[in-house]
Formats: sequence, C-alpha cells, structure tokens
Amino acid sequence: MSMTQQATPAVGTPPASGPGKEKDGRTQQRSLALRLLARPEVGVFLGALAVLIFFLVMAPTLRQGSSMSTVLYQSSTIGIMVLPVALLMIGGEFDLSSGVAPVASALTASMTAFQLTLNVWVGVIAALAVSLAIGFFNGWLLVKTGLPSFLVTLGTFMGLQGVNLAVTKLVTGNVATDNISDMDGFDQAKALFASSFNVGGVDVKITVLWWLAFAALATWVLLRTKYGNWIFAVGGNKDSARAVGVPVNFTKISLFMLVGFGAWFVGMHNLFQYNTVQSGEGVGNELIYIAAAVVGGCLLTGGYGTIIGPVFGAFMFGLVQLGIVYAGWNPDWFKTFLGVMLVGATLVNLWVRKQATRR
Amino acid sequence: MTGNTTGAHGAALKDAPPADERPVIEMKAAGKSYGNIRALHGVDLSVYAGNVTCVLGDNGAGKSTLIKIVSGLHQHTEGEFLVDGEPVRFSTPREALDKGIATVYQDLAVVPLMPVWRNFFLGSEMTKGPWPLRRLDIEQMKKTADEELRNMGIVLDDMEQPIGTLSGGQRQCVAIARAVYFGARVLILDEPTAALGVKQSGVVLKYIAAAREKGLGVIFITHNPHHAYMVGDHFSVLRLGAMELSASRSDVSLEELTNHMAGGTELASLKHELAQVRGVDVEGLPEEGDLTAPVATSSEGKS
Repeated sequence: MSMTQQATPAVGTPPASGPGKEKDGRTQQRSLALRLLARPEVGVFLGALAVLIFFLVMAPTLRQGSSMSTVLYQSSTIGIMVLPVALLMIGGEFDLSSGVAPVASALTASMTAFQLTLNVWVGVIAALAVSLAIGFFNGWLLVKTGLPSFLVTLGTFMGLQGVNLAVTKLVTGNVATDNISDMDGFDQAKALFASSFNVGGVDVKITVLWWLAFAALATWVLLRTKYGNWIFAVGGNKDSARAVGVPVNFTKISLFMLVGFGAWFVGMHNLFQYNTVQSGEGVGNELIYIAAAVVGGCLLTGGYGTIIGPVFGAFMFGLVQLGIVYAGWNPDWFKTFLGVMLVGATLVNLWVRKQATRR
Repeated sequence: MTGNTTGAHGAALKDAPPADERPVIEMKAAGKSYGNIRALHGVDLSVYAGNVTCVLGDNGAGKSTLIKIVSGLHQHTEGEFLVDGEPVRFSTPREALDKGIATVYQDLAVVPLMPVWRNFFLGSEMTKGPWPLRRLDIEQMKKTADEELRNMGIVLDDMEQPIGTLSGGQRQCVAIARAVYFGARVLILDEPTAALGVKQSGVVLKYIAAAREKGLGVIFITHNPHHAYMVGDHFSVLRLGAMELSASRSDVSLEELTNHMAGGTELASLKHELAQVRGVDVEGLPEEGDLTAPVATSSEGKS
C-alpha cells in the first residue's frame, strides 16, 4: 500500500504493519502557532486583550484594582448566564427567554417569601422549581412540536415578560416587589449569592468565583463526558445522533433546563444584591448572552464551540460596559460597541479559522 | 421457520438457505401507511446471517420506509416484523441497536463537525471512573478507533480531524467499521454508493463483502443494479410500495435485474410508443417476454 494513496485503501489485505506505524502522508502537521489560532477561543482572547489595552489607555481609572474587580463582577453577571446559553447554542438551539427568565425567577422567590411570610429559602427553592419548569417547557415544546427554538422561546419570552409585569402588579400593586432584606434566612442567602470577599485590599464579588467555577465545570462536562459528546452531536446533526442512539430529546430538554438553572442563579443574585426586583427588567439581555456566546466562537447553527471562548466573550462585554463609563463617555454607546464587536469578532473568527485550517 | 412462508409468495423465498437456519430479520406482508397514504404494503423480506440482501427500487418506491421500519425510526402498520423469530415493534433506533441491527445512512451516518474518534463512539462512548467523575476514556477510544479503521484499511493521521474533512467513501467506511465494531448482526446500508465516485464505491462494496465474510446479515439499499449484483445474494425490487421482484442470485441475471429496476414491464410497453418517435433507439430495450425472472406477485408458474 502506497504511502501517498489513501483514497483507495487496500481492503482485502489489511495493512500488515502494526497500528501507529503507518501514516497517511497527505496531511502535514501544522505549526503550533497555526494550530493555536484555529482554536475557537483564541480569536476572542485576542479580541478581549485588544479591548482591554484600548480601555487601559483611554480610561486611567480602570488601572486600579477596585475597577478591575468591578469589571469582573459585571462580566460575571453576564457570564454566568452565557455559559448555559453557549452550551445550548452548541446543542443547536437558542433561548430568547433567557433575558427575562432571571427576573421571573427573582420575582417568584421574592413574592413567595414575602406574601406568605416564609423563610426566604422557601422562595429560593420555589424559584428554582419555576425556572427549571420554564426550561423544561421550552425544551418539551421544541421537541414535541418540532418548531424552531427561535419561535418557541420568542413565545416564552413575550409570555414571561407579560406575566412578570401583570402578576407583580396584581400581587404587590406596584411594578417592583417589596424589600425582603429583613426576612428570615436573607443573610444566609445573601452570603451564598451576593456576598463579597477581600483579596489584597480589593473587594471581589462572590459571583466572580461562581462564574469561574461553573465555567470550569461546564468545560469539563462538554469535553470530557458522554453528555458533552451528546451536546456536540445534537447540535451538529441531530438526525445522525438519534440514529446512533443518542437521546436527542433528553439532551435538548436538559440543555434548556440548564439555562433555567442559570437564570435562577442570576435571578437570586439580583434579588439578594438589591433586595427588591423591578418586574420590567431583563428585556434585551438575551441578545447580549447570545452575542457573547457567538463572539466566543460558538457556531450560531450549533455543533461547534467551547466554554472558554464565551467566558472571554462575557469578559469583553463587561469590560466595554464599564470601560465606557470609566472613560467618561455616554453609556448609551454600549450597544453600538456591542454591535460592532459582534460583527467584527465574528468576521475575525471566521477569517482566522479559515487561514489556520487551510491546507 | 421458512416452511410457513413459502405459501402465497413461494417464488419470493425459494432461495432460502439451509432449513435449519433461521432468518435474523423477517418481514411477512409488512406495510406502512402514513395517514391515507400507503407507502408500503405486502412486503416479504428475509435476511440471513452471512448473506447480502439487496433492496432495489426507484425514488419513491418505498425503500426508505422499509429501512426506517427495520431500523426503528418508524413502526409498521400492517403485517409482521420478526427478529430471531420473535415479533417486534421498535419505538427508537436504540432498541433496534440493542437487537444488533445497525443502520448506516447515506446522509446521516456521521456528525461532520465532530472529530473522527467522537463520531466512531457516538452513542456508545467508553467511560472510566466512578459516577460523579465518570468521564470519557479518550485515549482508549482514540486507540480503538484507529485500530478498527486500520483493520479496514483506512489510515488517518489525526483522530482529531473533523469527520467532515474525510471523503464520502471514507465516511461511509467509518460508519460501517463502527457498526461492525459494536457487534451488529445485521447491517443496513442506505444507498452507501449513491453519492460516490467509481473508486469510492468499489471501496464500500469491498466492505460490504467483508462484513458478509464476518457473518453479518447485510441489507443493501441501492438503485444501482450493477453495484447490487456485485455483492448481492438475494435481490428484492420495490415498486410503488410493493414487491415487484424477489429472487436469489441464481434465478436472476444482471440484465433482468436492470430491466426490472428500470421499470420492467412498463418499459416494454413504452418501447412500442418510443418506436414511433424518431431518433430513439429501442433495440436495447426489453420485450415483455425477456423478463423471465420470478416476479413476487405472480404465480409459481412464471419462474
């Protein structure tokens, strides 16, 4: 069997040489730099670095440790939600309700605890149940009806937005919930979801730790477990996946429920950070999460992506959001920046990947 | 086991191998309706270990419906479907896989963006470690996939390369190697050669022969009678959802098979019409009398 001829392998006579000896001979090992550049997270890493340098130059206050800690906090509140959104995107779906879902979760916790005068932990558990149920509903409707996730979750998004406002007004007679900071269990819950700790004289929010811990867990699950393999498969080609025995419906529904879990966590953080919840908030955040995942190198059509990329994506967005403020510009420019970065980063990602994977 | 099937459709099953051998898969007058559309009806099919059963038919003849029933994607609505003599009704492909029935689809064989080794083990991943830390045994999977592919003569430098970068024939072969590795007893190949060039098709046909040598029953779906005749032991031609021909290799020639595939009797009558149109050469087309191969729906006498 010739070393160069691979298109017509000799079948009747399997290669006599042991495994590992023979090489195809048509592929050359690419240089380390090129292989690194082909990784989906490298583009966004370089992008985030560029944005960081830009703002470090433009906004001197950013150079202080406390500012950096604030940037990380801002990134973490985006980033915790981006993780499940990225997993879902790799699994081939989006969730447009991910922006208002944290608000729904926080409202549930707050109103359950306050109106029934219960320990806040009861509200927290109830909110978890509601968030997971919303995720389950999205996934179940998707796999049962076969409708695109855009449509299903757009429906949930609008539905939740209405319910958030209407139910809050109905129950509290106001657009915001009552302050729950003096209720039983509040301090414990605040310690878990919204406390800070001190590192070398700088206050760091606990959400930063949660964000990084969840990211580490998510990347391990994605790359090193069966379930992670299934996520890639259902996003890449769901019919193939089903045909080889991957539980496609379970994978999709559980991914939506993971988004529900993320929404619950962010919702709880917001509740215990600010003590009350504004029922009309959250609209528009879903697009920020999706944009961060895409900037982080996740393929919008599914089947490809990482977790590390979206972590940098969230960091980049948090950085821009606060960098504009520290630079003394009008914060209204944030969304414009996002738009430019989204398209720019996607194009750079595409170009880099093409260059690096070209033979 | 085969005795009770040689009744009304005697011609269809007269090629049954030794009587003590039971077909792995057997369909008796099976059919499938989608609402008011009868996609398939009255289909008899037997698949024996170490045999290649070719299912031929034009587009829309019901080939896909047939394999979807066997592979567990759809359920039959009439007749019987037996595996090892037991009536079955699969609700998911997983159940069919558990019975040793593996399907290699032309377009659904693999997930293109995933690396070769992940594709090879997709749905049956090797793991190690206790539960909360149970993880993929990546080294073992890469090594096994590489060995299995080398056994089939496919040499790849990098198990990490996305399978979408392989050629169509190689992708089919990876899927076949995967099915063989996971202990399939029956391999269903859905038009494995349809999108391939001549050489690539040859490679796939060699694997089909290799799978037969290993004692697998193979259902080879195709609309290319030449490919079918190269490896087939038994030929079933579907037409408009019904069995038009069911014959063993000894009862049918490539020419007859081609004629049946091409529309058989219809083509013969078309010949007379075409003869009146200038510029159409009808010499090569068959007369009705040429079609001597047993026809499933006809009586015993014809063969």
